[in-house]
Amino acid sequence: MPINTDFVGRTLAPSPPYEVSREKIREFAEAIGDDNPAYSSREAAQALGHDDVVAPPTFAIVMAMQLHHDLVRNPELGLDYSRVVHGEQQFVHHRAIRAGDVLVGTPHVDDIKSRAGNDMLTWSADIATESGEPVCRLTSTLVARGTAADAS
Amino acid sequence: MTATISYDDVEEGAEIGPRDFAIRRVDLVKYCGASGDFNVIHWNQRVAQSVGLPDVIAHGMFTMAQAARLVTDWCGDPGAVVEYRVRFSRPVVVPDNDDGATLTVKGRIESKLDSRRVSVFVEASTADGSVLTGARALVQLA
Repeated sequence: MPINTDFVGRTLAPSPPYEVSREKIREFAEAIGDDNPAYSSREAAQALGHDDVVAPPTFAIVMAMQLHHDLVRNPELGLDYSRVVHGEQQFVHHRAIRAGDVLVGTPHVDDIKSRAGNDMLTWSADIATESGEPVCRLTSTLVARGTAADAS
Repeated sequence: MTATISYDDVEEGAEIGPRDFAIRRVDLVKYCGASGDFNVIHWNQRVAQSVGLPDVIAHGMFTMAQAARLVTDWCGDPGAVVEYRVRFSRPVVVPDNDDGATLTVKGRIESKLDSRRVSVFVEASTADGSVLTGARALVQLA
């Protein structure tokens, strides 16, 4: 089934609030092998001018899995997730994500196209605190390899 | 936030790195858990090969995170990275052995911008070739 371009321009339901904990930041930093003390020591983070431990620059992807879950698995979209690889990723940080943040994001479908036999879906989300302070914007392009209608 | 590098001390064209990062299967399993991305191609060789990949491949986001370490360790404050983007041009294939894959990352100060910010161009490669294109970090320096 070809991917459904009718989804372009759609704004999806906001994610449930995501509470950033020190332990999740520590776990994520450990998983990427990064022992930067700003990820585990409040004192080290405060010495850099932050209120609490901060998250690595790619941490917001943890929210992305939740943000795009309903979209990529929507049967009407027709994206074959088993053939998906990551094509592009961008983060714009208004400030560092830090422990104690309660974040919400609203996903938006920016673009859908087929190129060289691959279906490509670009979506983005503005992530803000519950009180509306902008924190981060993430933009992600997923590529479903060899699923486009013109694929041989 | 406070980068430990001063804008005044940085010259366009200056290089950062190179630095090597090992990526083994266990790292991918840990990253699956920490990120919530359990896509089977990151841990199951049988499924990865059934969809046309040479072997298990690293999460693009894991590679992106390794490349970011070059920048955050250089500038001194992870919060100084105000923008970061990459295109994934080639999968990082991670074989099932003790060494895994080796990712080599290097950076270059591409341009000095307004407001004491710099654009850092980042390159990352494995033995198979370059794995990121158009990778850039915008960094707020002191």
